[in-house]
Order: sequence, then structure tokens, then C-alpha cells
Amino acid sequence: MKRSFLLYFLITLIGIIFIARLFQLQIIRGANYDPIRNSAVKIKYDYPERGYVYDRNGTLLVANQLSYDVIVQPNKVLPLDTLEFCKLLKIDKKQFLKKFKRAEKYATYKPSVFLKQLAKEDFAFLQEKLQKFKGFYIQKRIIRKYPINAAANVLGYIGEVNESMAKKSNYYQQGELIGKDGIERQYEKLLRGKKGKKFLSLNRFNNVTGSYLKGTYDTLSLNGKDLTLTLDVKLQGYAQKLMTGKRGGIVAIEPSTGEILALVTAPSYDPNMLVGRNRSKNSVLLFNDTISKPSYDRGLLAAYAPGSPFKIMNALIGLQENVINEQTSFKCYNGFKYGKRANEFMGCHCGIVGRPIQLKTAIAESCNSYFSHTYKRIVEKNNQPSEGLDNWHKHVSSFGLGNYLGYDLPAGQKGLIPDGNYYDSRYKYSWNGSTNISNAIGQGEILTTPIQLANFTAAIANKGFFYTPHILKEVDQNPIDNPKYTIPKQTTIDKKHFSPLIEAMHEVFKTGTGKWSQVEGIEICGKTGTAENFSKINGKKVQLVDHSILIAFAPKKKPQIALAIFVENGGYGSAIAAPIASLLIEKYVTGNISKKNKYREQRILNLSLEKNYTYLN
Amino acid sequence: MRQEQNNIFAEIDWLLVFIFLILVSFGWMNIYAASRTSEDLELLDFSTKHGKQFVFICLTIPLIVLILFFNSTFYEKFSSLFYLISIASLIGLFVFGKTINGATSWYNFGAMGLQPSEFVKAFTALAIAKLLSDRKYNLQLTKNQIKAFIIVFTPAFLIILQPDAGSALIYLAFFLVLNREGLTLNYILFGALIILLFIFIILFGYISISLCLITLITIGLLYAIYRGGKRFIRFNWHKVLIIYLVTLLFTFGTNFTYNTIFKQHHRDRFEVLLGLKTDTKNIGYNSYQSELTISSGSWTGKGFLKGDITKGDFVPEQHTDYIFSTVGEEWGFVGSSFVILLFMLMLYRIIYLAETHTNKFGRIYGYGVAAILFFHIVINLGMVIGLMPTVGIPLPFFSYGGSSLWGFTILLFIFIRLDAHKNYDW
Repeated sequence: MKRSFLLYFLITLIGIIFIARLFQLQIIRGANYDPIRNSAVKIKYDYPERGYVYDRNGTLLVANQLSYDVIVQPNKVLPLDTLEFCKLLKIDKKQFLKKFKRAEKYATYKPSVFLKQLAKEDFAFLQEKLQKFKGFYIQKRIIRKYPINAAANVLGYIGEVNESMAKKSNYYQQGELIGKDGIERQYEKLLRGKKGKKFLSLNRFNNVTGSYLKGTYDTLSLNGKDLTLTLDVKLQGYAQKLMTGKRGGIVAIEPSTGEILALVTAPSYDPNMLVGRNRSKNSVLLFNDTISKPSYDRGLLAAYAPGSPFKIMNALIGLQENVINEQTSFKCYNGFKYGKRANEFMGCHCGIVGRPIQLKTAIAESCNSYFSHTYKRIVEKNNQPSEGLDNWHKHVSSFGLGNYLGYDLPAGQKGLIPDGNYYDSRYKYSWNGSTNISNAIGQGEILTTPIQLANFTAAIANKGFFYTPHILKEVDQNPIDNPKYTIPKQTTIDKKHFSPLIEAMHEVFKTGTGKWSQVEGIEICGKTGTAENFSKINGKKVQLVDHSILIAFAPKKKPQIALAIFVENGGYGSAIAAPIASLLIEKYVTGNISKKNKYREQRILNLSLEKNYTYLN
Repeated sequence: MRQEQNNIFAEIDWLLVFIFLILVSFGWMNIYAASRTSEDLELLDFSTKHGKQFVFICLTIPLIVLILFFNSTFYEKFSSLFYLISIASLIGLFVFGKTINGATSWYNFGAMGLQPSEFVKAFTALAIAKLLSDRKYNLQLTKNQIKAFIIVFTPAFLIILQPDAGSALIYLAFFLVLNREGLTLNYILFGALIILLFIFIILFGYISISLCLITLITIGLLYAIYRGGKRFIRFNWHKVLIIYLVTLLFTFGTNFTYNTIFKQHHRDRFEVLLGLKTDTKNIGYNSYQSELTISSGSWTGKGFLKGDITKGDFVPEQHTDYIFSTVGEEWGFVGSSFVILLFMLMLYRIIYLAETHTNKFGRIYGYGVAAILFFHIVINLGMVIGLMPTVGIPLPFFSYGGSSLWGFTILLFIFIRLDAHKNYDW
């Protein structure tokens, strides 16, 4: 072998290795190389203005305002009069050093936020003197403004995109604004528009050296869209006012469209609290309050036992399944005995002892026994109680109960409507209609949210169908065309079965439990409820003051509004929920409260239930 | 002895000259791309890097003419003198040298600096050629081996003292020359083994490597005992003991050297390269940026003067040691492979020509030229494409710098001069 072979061999080997490596780098790795995502290119964003939000009558609910951030690029900072600077920014020297260190830690050659959301007055002072402080700049930012203090739970809020979100997203950069709750979150894409991009060439000192590839990749920004909500802010504000001092939720829906007129949770907060410099301080107040939970939307999230209003559901199913008819009558002996043992007895307050009671009276007087009989018949119609209950479940579900309704807000609860399986696994197949008799009167396992109940009410008002509740009415003045919200959903109950129940519900406000809350000239149909609730306090099961519940719609002939009201620990439905409902209906239908009913308004406004909530504290 | 032809240009190897011209001009284009500061044409601005390089390139013309002017025998006769002057110039650095970046490698002449180590390589190659071309010289003899080693390692040692370990590393190339002339391959194999072990020790830790080695040796020993019986142990026990001791000494010694004699930045370079550390900001920044820059070139590159990473000046020392990353970005896979193939062609050509020499001196010198260029290319490109640790040496004919350009020009053109008269027996 010639001795020169070694060097020939080495040259060839290295040549092949290097070219293979180049292939790996340039062809294989180069395929993933994004020309605009490298350190030599900086993207400058052009942020469009976020869309405004209006209520159904065109009242401005959410607007924009300017805010000023102080930006610092540490490597450009020259020695400065810290004392004066701190005075201008209204911070102390310790804070100054802390913030400065943080900026330095982030990057000395890149600008970062030094102080967020300066007050306008401070900004004016600072702007004059900023010349003196090299390396500090002012950056304008657009933040939200809420002209009306209402519907914070619906509107939601915007916040900064954090690091982990930015990593997952291919649109957002860290620190940009994004809708975090409510409408802002649900319709983020519509509201935000699309930011424009300008690609700039950089050198390694991070200085811009010009436009990248003459702007080939640059894009223009697209403005955010203005949204019109279905909300009636007058009604919303009024409902919020009536709920002061109480806890609970109110949902009002326009039955003919499914539009949400009011979505109230109490207690609530001023949406302006989450804007500006006090934002972080306030968010601690709001989000860490685990007792009154102002950030918890009870209208959407609180699943309560529906109580007596659910009797209407059972009556409808009874009629549909033909186990009762309008003339069917049951007798009540201060209650219903559903088992042989003495404690297997459900009490009743209808007060009609021993006389046959028909459907209309049963609804108006809220007779527990009547609906226990009905429920038992429904469940035990077939030999297998589980089949009967499945059938019952099918009917209930068709009203949107027991599952997410599909409305366009980012929070929801399924609630609970048990089916055959539920009890089969719980009682090992040995159960019957008596086992879960509480379902007859809307207690027991059943859980519904106020918006589900409001939708249920709307379906009654419509006599058998409903539109999925929704909050968005128009986008840039164009009505929504999402078939999800424009095509009605049929329930499994025939139209003819609703009329007697609507009559009965009308009776409730004429002669029954709601008669003290009538409004002259408006035929209100409704059903009050009182749901027992228990809590464990110090390990002992304690019965608390009942929840006050009501569903109602009005006017009877051409329903304009359907609502559900839940007042936690409010006592009898007729005492609190009914007057609130009547006030809201009067306000919505006529536009104001008649003199005659002012006393009612005053009573509710002055009523505080805070003492009822002290057990929680 | 035949009369020499009057026209030297008819005899020189034009292919090598041609490759040289392509490399130098293509190199300059890339230096222009890497060091230009604005969009304007600034070809004749001599305060810029590319302007200066232009002057350096122009000055190679009188240099080449001068080299070709001398008779071939001149280089052989005066090789020892050149070598002694080289050594003196390296020693002189410690008195008159200028320190740049911590290394005293430069003589200062007003605005210009000269780096003698770039020239010494060529003269060491001449000296080795002279030594080995002696007909009575036999490299099998240890005495002769030591002579050769002294010639090679004296300049290398002086360069290490500057300290410029990267440039000193090049002198290992002479082992390839010595091997060609009869030195046993064991030296190279042993060196390769040491490097391999070194890498394994860094990768897997010295304890596990010692255990592996001892297990291997023990297995070999058991096999030898099985074959040779008890007598084997009786006659060879001291050898076995020495093998064990040397192995342990080596692994522990390597670990010690690595952890205490090496500086942290050396360790970091190795660890980043071997993937033990990921770092794109500090130590790994150069390699990371360089790889990224090359990757961004894809098949055909972004085009001359259109490399935005080059323009943004992200790769440090891009016009000198990292010049190849500009090629990668602006000329893509096609352009950078072309450069590698061109270098390969040049090396093949030199070896081929050297092997045709009837004269031993010319052949050995040619071999030296090929080996030196080869080492430079491997170490420089290996670093730029992220296959080798960061060692700052220039890419021949490409990198910015007068000393290195002239050093390589002298190296190459002495060979071309010798080659022009290879068929004359002097």
C-alpha cells in the first residue's frame, strides 16, 4: 500500500463528513428555518384598536382609553437624579431599584416595562422632564374603559398574555392584551382585530438597520369589530341594584329570540376596578374573596336545586306521557307518604287537606303531594323504574337542563338531571319512584343553573321550543347569523300541554303564592320556589335559611321576557324573588316603576340579607 | 544537468494557481459581505476590512513574483537559514511583540501588524523536507525521529507560550508527513486513541472509563493466560502491572488535567460541543449563531450581499475565523459544498504533484503543504459547522488577514516553484 494513501483517505473522509454535515444543517435543518423568526429580524407590531361593545339599545358599555407605560432600556440609562425621578413616578427608591434590577435581569440591551399604566396627570409632568432621564421612554397603550358600572360579569376583562400562553400561541406575544373572561374572552378574535406586522432588520446590538427584504412580509393591521350585545343595560343595572345586599343570580331572556336581556350575579363589582394602576390590588380583592365570590358568575355557574318551579316540568311530562290529564286529581293530607315507615313522608304546605286537587290548583298552591303522585306515575309507568326515569330524563334534557346550554359565554355548569343509570349504580338496581321522590318537587339530586331555568321558562313561554340563549346580537351592526342561535330547538312536549300550565302559572300571580307581587296591566305567569339547603358547619349538618327561587315570564299573551331568579338564603320565593321579578318585568315592559309599586322597589332596595350570610364567615 | 527553461510560466501548475485565485477572490467577496457597514459601494475605502484585504491580496502579486524568481535550489540550500530566522522571529516576540487578545503573537509596524506564526509553518515544512530528504536518513531510528520531532515541536512550543494553542495544533500535521516518509503509524494511532479516550472520559466520567478499560485489559490477560498458561504470568507480570498502572494514570491524569489545568472556558467549549451543556448565549453563542447562519442558507443561499444574519453582524469574527458561515448563508449548500470540493481538489492536486516528484525534497515539502492546509481546513470548518471545539485559526486563502494570506501564499507558491522544476535533477 502506498504511503500517500493515508492522506488521500483522510481528505476524502473529511470532505464527505463535512458535506454531509452541511446537508444536515442547510437542507434538513434549513427546511424548518423560518426566515422571519431569527435574531436578525425584529417584528414591529401595529396594534389595531380593540372593538367597542354596546348594549341592545346602542348604549356604549366598553370603550378604550390611553394609558402610559414607562419603558427602560438599561444599557442606555445614564446616571440620573433618582430622587426627582421617583417623585415624578410616585414610587420610593427601594421600588426604583427593584424595578431597575428586574429590567436589567431581563436584558440590558432590550427595552422592558419599568412602570405600568401611569396616571394621566403623572404622565403630563413626566413627559416634560423625560429628556433628563436617558434610557427611559413612554409607551402608549390602549386599555379598556367602562362608561357604565354594570354587567362586569358579562363584559369580562382583558389582561396580559403570560409566558406560557405566548409559547403555546402562534399569534400572541408575551405582554400583549387578551380577553380573559366574559365577552372579551368569548369574542376575543372579533374584538382584537388583527395586528399588523412590520419586519425590520437588526444587527447584533439590536439596532434597527432597515426594513427587512423591503417589506415583502409586512402586513397591515385589521381593526377590531364593534359588538352589540343582547343585554339591556337599563334592565341589567336595575337588577343589579335590586340585588344589592343579596347573593344570587338573575337571568332574563327574550323568549322569541333567546337573547339574554340581563345576566346578573350578586355581589358583583365595578368593571373599572380591573383597569389602571390599581388593577393588581383590586384583582386580589376580587379573586381572593372566597366568601362572597364577586368574580363568580352565579347566573351561569351556581347549580342550585330548582325547587318548586320544577313541578311544572313534571306536570308537562305527566301530561305528555298521559299519566295525568288536566282533570286528574289527587288528595293531599298535609303531605305525601311514600313509604311504610313513619319517616318516609314528604310534608306539604298547600293547606288543602283531604279534598281532591287538580293540576291548576296544584301549581298555584304548589302542592307537593300532587307532584309526588305524578312523578311516581311517570317513573313507574313501565315496569322498570330505570326505563321510566330514562324517559323522564329525555324530556327534561330536551329543555336544555342537565347539560351545557351552548350559550356564547366562556363559563358554564352542566347541572345535574339524574337518569336510570345514576340510581342503578347508586342503589344496585333496587329502587323505584319513591326512592328519589324529592325529584318530584325539584329537590333531591336535581341541580340547575339560573340560566338553564330561565331558558326553561322561555321554552314554556314559547309553548315548546326555545332559542339557545346568547349574548351577541350584532357584529359591526350586522345581525348574527350563527344557526346555533337563529334556529329554534324543539322540546319533546307537545304544544297543547303548555296552555293549562301557563294558565296555572298565571294563577300563581293572580291568586297563588305570587299574588302580592302583581303588576297592574301586565299578566305575569310564574312559579315561586323555596329550596331547602343544608351545610356542614363544624361537622354537623345544619339546615340553613331556604333559597328563594322564582321563574316567570310576561306578558302572558305575547311574552317579552322570561326570567329566573335565585336569591341565596332568601327564604320564601314569594317574599323576595317574586317582588324582584315583578319589578324587573314592570321595568322592562313599561320602562319604569309605577308610583303604586314604588313601595315594593323601596322595600327590596332596603332589604339586606347580610345577616343570613354571616354563618359562612 | 539540463539547462533550466527561461520561461517559468510555462512550467508551473496552472490548476493550483487557478484554484488559488478562485479561493482568494471568493474569499474576498465574502469578507466584503461580512464587513461592509452600509448599502453603499465602498470598494476603495481602505479603512474597512475588505478594503485592507484588497490591498493584502494585491500585495501577494509581488510576493508570488519574488518566490517564482528564485531558483528551486535556493529554497533547499537556504531552508535551514529560513528555519533559524523563523525560530528567532518567534523568540523575538517575547521581547518586541504586541499583545492582542491576550496572546503575544504580533509584531507591530505602525498601522500594520505581522504574525510570524503564520509564516513559520512554511519554513518548518522546508526544514523538515531538508532533513528527511537526506538519502542516508532513516526514520526507523529513534535518534532520527527525535531530530525530526525537535524541528517540528520547537516552533510549536514557542507558539504555545504566546499563548496561541490553536496555531500550535497545526504542527501535528507534520506527523502525516513523517508517516509518509517512514515513521510508524503507531504514533498517529496512539494519538487518535488518546483523543478518543479523552472524549469518552469527558462524556462518561473517568471512573466508568477506568473500570471499562481495566475490565478489557483483564479479559485480555485472562485470554493470554488461557493461551499461554502460568508461564505467561511468570515472565510478563511486570508488563501487565505497567499496563494497569499506565491506564489508571492516564484516566486519572486526564481527569485531573481537564478539571484543574484546563480553564473553565476550555471545559465549556468541549462540553457544549459534546452536547453536555446547551448554551446559546455565552460560550455556545458563536457556534450556535454560526450553525444558524449556515442553516439559513438552504440549497442556494440568500444571494450575494443578501445574508441578513451576516448583515446584522451576529456571528462574531465572521470576517476572519467564521468567514465560512457567510458562504453558507449567502451561497447555500451549493456554494459551501463547492468551496469544500475546491479545497479537496487543491489538496488532491498537491499530493498528486508531490508524488510525481523525482526529487525527495520537493515531494516532502509538497506533502507538508498538503498536511498543513488539510489541518487548517479541518479545524476551521469543523469549528464553523459545529463538529469541533472552538479553536481560532483562519481558513486558508479565505479568512481576513494579511499575515495568514501571505503565509499560505508563500507556503503554496514555494511548492509551485519547486514543482515547476520537479523533473530536473539538481
